[in-house]
Amino acid sequence: MKDFDYCAPDNLQAATALLAEHGDRARVLAGGTDIIVQLREGLRSADCVVDIKNIPELMVLDYSSSQGLTLGASTSCHRVYTHAELPTAYAALVDASKIVGGWQIQTRASVGGNLCNSSPAADTIPALIVHQASCQIHGPDGSRDVPVADFCTGPGQNILQSGELLVTLQLPAPAANSSSAYERFIPRNEMDIAVAGAASWIQLDSSGETIEDARIALAAVAPTPVLATEAAESLRGKPANEESFAAAGELAKNVASPIDDMRGTTEYRVHLSSVLTRRTLARALARIQQGQG
Amino acid sequence: MGTKQLVSTTINGEPSQFLCEARQSLLEVLRNETGLTGCKEGCNNGNCGACTVMLDGQPVNSCLVLGLEVDGKEIQTVEGIAQENELHAVQQCFLEGAALQCGICTPGFIVAAKALLDENPLASEEEIRFQLAGNLCRCTGYDKIIRAVMEAGKQMAETTTS
Repeated sequence: MKDFDYCAPDNLQAATALLAEHGDRARVLAGGTDIIVQLREGLRSADCVVDIKNIPELMVLDYSSSQGLTLGASTSCHRVYTHAELPTAYAALVDASKIVGGWQIQTRASVGGNLCNSSPAADTIPALIVHQASCQIHGPDGSRDVPVADFCTGPGQNILQSGELLVTLQLPAPAANSSSAYERFIPRNEMDIAVAGAASWIQLDSSGETIEDARIALAAVAPTPVLATEAAESLRGKPANEESFAAAGELAKNVASPIDDMRGTTEYRVHLSSVLTRRTLARALARIQQGQG
Repeated sequence: MGTKQLVSTTINGEPSQFLCEARQSLLEVLRNETGLTGCKEGCNNGNCGACTVMLDGQPVNSCLVLGLEVDGKEIQTVEGIAQENELHAVQQCFLEGAALQCGICTPGFIVAAKALLDENPLASEEEIRFQLAGNLCRCTGYDKIIRAVMEAGKQMAETTTS
């Protein structure tokens, strides 16, 4: 690996000052499971690596059923899925966190880092989108909030400007009679990168028969994770059943514009979009019915 | 750049200090500076798990941790698993179950399997296969490894209840 300077600031001001000073010659180090590989392989380069794991705000995990979740940008996937309440409150995010790499990756890799790496195939991003997460970003000019749905701009690209740092992700408190799910298709059983992925969130009315609201987001079928808005909106007022889910799955195909590569053809990925949409909607419904929502 | 910093850690229960450059991974440091060559470089990109060590009680790929990141932390390697000349149940079951051929993946598997069984000694076959998905083996086809882990788990569960 080409040499670099390593800094581990213990406060936000020092971190953003370092990032501002070095501009695009600085790289943030959270879990390291993406950036160290990239530095080693020359895909990204840095003169200064800024380890942010000593900054308390970036390591938080605060959840309450009334306030929702504040998740530090460096908080590991493992902390997310081993939390007592998050599997119920944010099922899709927990589904995704459990399958980012394997155990040894999940003890280090962070949800925030998965977002900032901005792969179109990132597993946690569709989940964050359907949970309506927002990003708290700190930079030399102050702080700003960006909805996670607007964060990624292209493969490996996002709205972070030079000197800016993702500090926390904020997820609203879970709504009553709602649940979610994330699933991906991979050729093996574990450890792969999504060929296609879908996160769905639904909320039922008080009768439990009708869908009041829904959100669907897809991974690996576009240059960025993408919302299937038309498919989700089509579910409002529909009965919560297989037929509705199948129809939504068909509509979800319309936002899929995948590439053709060794992992899958365009045609197959579009097909997978509908299958995974259908399955995650069904799983979210089952979770609500089983009292997990 | 190129300058080395001093890192103070605890490795296998013993205080340990080493000098390393920023760009050296924990895997490089353990093998080259501390002489703990149990962990192996299989892929150097976090896919194979041959470099697995415990960091503050959690299994990690040491190829993806910088040496400088472990200052003040506790590391356990495969060398720290046997106690006082007695092999751990996981090690004994790997030997008796012939759960290795070339042995390159074995240290990583032993560290990860022990961590898994410490939490959940009666994990099912499916749970074990899922949890150890980050450890790859090119020789055995995994069957004997999984059987050895399950046998070790049974023994560990019996030991705690007896």
